Amino acid sequence: MLDSSLIELSRWQFAITAMYHFLFVPLTLGLSWILVIMESVYVMTGREIYRDMTKFWGKLFGINFALGVTTGLTMEFQFGTNWAYYSHYVGDVFGAPLAIEGLMAFFLESTFIGLFFLGWERLSKRQHLAVTFLTALGSNLSALWILIANGWMQYPVGAEFSFETMRMEMVSFSEVLFNPVAQVKFVHTVAAGYVTAAMFVMGLSSWYMLKGRDIAFAKRSFSVAVGFGLASILSVILLGDESGYEVGDVQRVKLAAIEAEWETEPPPAGFTIFGHPSNADQETHGAIKIPWLMGLITTRSFNTEVTGLKDLMRDHEVRIRSGMIAYDYLQRLRGGEDTPNNRAMFKQHMDDLGYGLLLKRYLDNPAEATEEQIQLAVRDSIPEVAPIFWSFRVMVGAGVWMLVLIVMGFYYNAKRIIEHQRWLLRLFLLSIPVPWIAAETGWFVAEFGRQPWAIGEILPTSIAASSLTAQDLRLSLTAFVVFYTLLFMIEMFLMIKFGRQGPSSLHTGRYYHERKTAVVGAGAAPKTAPNQEHKGDAA
Amino acid sequence: MILDYEVLKFIWWVLVGVLFIGFAVTDGLDMGVGALLPFLGKTDLERRVIINTVGPHWDGNQVWLITAGGAIFAAWPLVYATAFSGFYFAMLLALFALFLRPVGFDYRSKIANPMWRSTWDWGLFVGGVVPALVFGIAFGNLLRGVPFHLDELLRPYYTGSFFGLLNPFALIAGLISVGMLVLHGAIWLQLRTAEPIAGRAKALAKPIGLATIGAFAFAGLWLTIAGYGYQVINMPALDAVSNPLTKEVAAQRWGWLVNYWRYPLTLLFPILGFAGLGGAIALSMRDRPGLGLVVSGLGISGIILTAGSAMFPFIMASSTNPNSSLLAWDVTSSHLTLTVMFWAAVIFIPIILGYTTWTYAKMWRRITVEEIKSQDTLAY
Ligand code: HDD
Ligand code: HEM
Ligand code: HEM
Repeated sequence: MLDSSLIELSRWQFAITAMYHFLFVPLTLGLSWILVIMESVYVMTGREIYRDMTKFWGKLFGINFALGVTTGLTMEFQFGTNWAYYSHYVGDVFGAPLAIEGLMAFFLESTFIGLFFLGWERLSKRQHLAVTFLTALGSNLSALWILIANGWMQYPVGAEFSFETMRMEMVSFSEVLFNPVAQVKFVHTVAAGYVTAAMFVMGLSSWYMLKGRDIAFAKRSFSVAVGFGLASILSVILLGDESGYEVGDVQRVKLAAIEAEWETEPPPAGFTIFGHPSNADQETHGAIKIPWLMGLITTRSFNTEVTGLKDLMRDHEVRIRSGMIAYDYLQRLRGGEDTPNNRAMFKQHMDDLGYGLLLKRYLDNPAEATEEQIQLAVRDSIPEVAPIFWSFRVMVGAGVWMLVLIVMGFYYNAKRIIEHQRWLLRLFLLSIPVPWIAAETGWFVAEFGRQPWAIGEILPTSIAASSLTAQDLRLSLTAFVVFYTLLFMIEMFLMIKFGRQGPSSLHTGRYYHERKTAVVGAGAAPKTAPNQEHKGDAA
Repeated sequence: MILDYEVLKFIWWVLVGVLFIGFAVTDGLDMGVGALLPFLGKTDLERRVIINTVGPHWDGNQVWLITAGGAIFAAWPLVYATAFSGFYFAMLLALFALFLRPVGFDYRSKIANPMWRSTWDWGLFVGGVVPALVFGIAFGNLLRGVPFHLDELLRPYYTGSFFGLLNPFALIAGLISVGMLVLHGAIWLQLRTAEPIAGRAKALAKPIGLATIGAFAFAGLWLTIAGYGYQVINMPALDAVSNPLTKEVAAQRWGWLVNYWRYPLTLLFPILGFAGLGGAIALSMRDRPGLGLVVSGLGISGIILTAGSAMFPFIMASSTNPNSSLLAWDVTSSHLTLTVMFWAAVIFIPIILGYTTWTYAKMWRRITVEEIKSQDTLAY
């Protein structure tokens, strides 16, 4: 049995470092495409202002990217340092997408990102555009592979347990690759990243318009972002399909927790807008429901049944008992009693081994669990509902809010009067943090909703951690928090500094702080200014 | 079929080696440059020259390390689990030092304040020296044997301490690692910068290179006199499913020299190590840093291969419970995973080498103080 405070602290450390990583990831995912769009316009039309846009937003992109890399390194190390048993138990399957991510994606984005910043003078226009494109492609491919890995944790397909090696082994790579959960996740997560970047560009551009600075620059940036943002927010909300939720017990538990649905309801399920879900009472107090809506939002259909948590737990109890038998035979097999009968019996119960392992939290040998311990494990077999319930509502609320905002932005932008809608510009500025809130709460739903499993129905979180001590974790966690806070302050300082300067930070002499004579709606900047060729700023 | 399990197990031992060598000769160069930065750059502009020689490339180079980590996870899950959790604080130390590089490179020249800049310069120094030292120390400990064991469910337990890792032999290994990368970095700077930086780099290459050669010889002598080594006494079939608890292993005096005796060709590796470093120094002194860089890369490869081939098939030998040792034959992933990963490596590594070469070619030139001055806002 592992010390329970060790587990708690390992989870805290993973959660903090992962959520921190994901502060930087979404902006990279989306802004990289926005840069591609801006630079394409530059290459096609030759208009300097689009080159400046690419460089300026690229500068902010770089500040963000540096921390994305820094914090990503932690993620790469952390499975081994803190989740050693996990790494052994599923490395055969889980490690492959991670390694391929390195070969196929990280190399691509990281090799070309350097040329994006430092290659302006040494590459032809087209070559530079290709470099920008390959960086964007690399980032997005990295999201694909990591989400294949993460999707497998939620719904582990294409693998089988082997008692000889005491781990999960891959039996079908294509099943891992085409995991429906991974596909749904990929679409949703990258689209979330695109929304984040669009909101970021629109928010800052709004601020320049409010201040009456560099209007031409700001309006063009806004235009690019609003179209991109509209497509993305629609994808986040509408795309994907229910298949992600029809498969796998973890996903069904999560769905029931999102809805705080204790009893199974006939479809289409109602959506509980407010309520107080309580795990202790196994019911949701004071629920206010809107009929049908839940069925639509989460399963995106009218006729899928949402199984209630109580039914799911009854099912889990059966599987825990079966898992105890599996564990018993596993011990015999590993103890050298490799008889055909033991193999057959193990095989029969093998799929429930994970449920048996849930008991490891209470005793070393699950096969000998008491009735009371079994009930404790059943209680553990679903996550704490209230935090999932609320996080989900925050994310959805944020999504709806951004949809409304972006639709309005799109409308006024199309009518070319956006710069006069000061109220809307203010809302855009204030809403810059909203996509981040949505992304973080989204990950919380996805990951906390997976508990008690590290790997759905296979490996409980309570045995996945490394055999360290709680003291080790206290030390490392403190170090992470201190270091990360410091880095965050530095990053924000630079972001705000360059955000405030706006395109003037490029030192082309063409923008507000350097001209101070900027006129509202100054129109397009001069087409070319040969003497300023060397004054761009990509550092 | 050529790709049977046993062959793939061996191929993956080679491929992990290739990734580590890739890391050492590419990102090692950035680390060497980081280590030299505060000493070779006397003024802010000179330091920017130094930084910009690796500015466009360090991030791509670092991915060799990330991919080596991912490949160990995928190909040798139990090694990834045991080594990373066992060397917990050492790993975190390397990690925190690595943090300083992305931010150091990218943020340093964004603000003109001298305090800000010199803080990041030292950050890049730490980001170069500390990981190199830690990885070297880790190799040293692998050669001595690591105190760990596996329980019957294959959960690894490390029973040593952080300070136990800092034994004298491992520290020498750490110094070799730092030394060879600094030499590599010095030759790079000689090649890619102009006077006076290139001259200073050249002047440093010789003493650092000679010290590294000395340390390498000393470590070899130490290893021989101390007689480190383990040997497998009883081994199940090499293509059996991976289960590290089925073999028998014992500590054996001079165990790490057995391979050299049995397969004398492997003696080429230590020779390559010595000759590579020596040749690099000589070429640097004759003002042939281009060739010198290639030769020092070969020297680095020789040193890594020396350690790797001495231990083969051991990856991690356990000093407290030798039967728990992890071998290239019994910690690998399943046949299918190794096959999938093999094809991924075969397809992508040449592509990576291709576009990496293109980026180096595009950015190739001697960087001068004048250039940085004229492109003040373009450079790092
Ligand atoms: C800009 C960010 C953003 C926005 C606006 C939304 N989401 Fe989201 N959501 C995420 C960012 C996100 C995320 C960070 O990307 C997550 C976490 C894991 C994942 O795959 O996506 C996520 C997870 C996530 C999950 C759990 C997925 C799982 O468990 O695998 C569900 C059910 C939804 N989302 C549904 C929605 C709905 C119905 C939204 C709008 C009305 C919505 N999300 C807006
Ligand atoms: C970067 C975006 C991510 C965020 C914000 C995130 C968030 C979280 C959170 C909040 C937890 C804590 C859950 C708990 O212990 O209650 C967690 C745990 C964990 N997540 Fe994620 N996660 C992210 C991505 C991933 C990915 C892509 C993977 C795998 C490829 C992953 C694997 C894990 C593991 C192994 C744990 C620890 C074991 C556990 O608690 O189950 N996470 N993550
Ligand atoms: C928990 C598992 C994860 C691991 C092990 C991981 C690992 C890494 C590493 C090592 C880097 C640095 C690459 C470099 O040096 O260039 C990185 C950066 C990056 N990661 Fe993660 N990552 C994880 C989760 C995610 C998720 C969930 C996403 C996207 C959905 C993502 C997207 C990115 C992107 C776009 C970058 C580029 C750098 C940046 O953020 O700007 N990662 N990651």
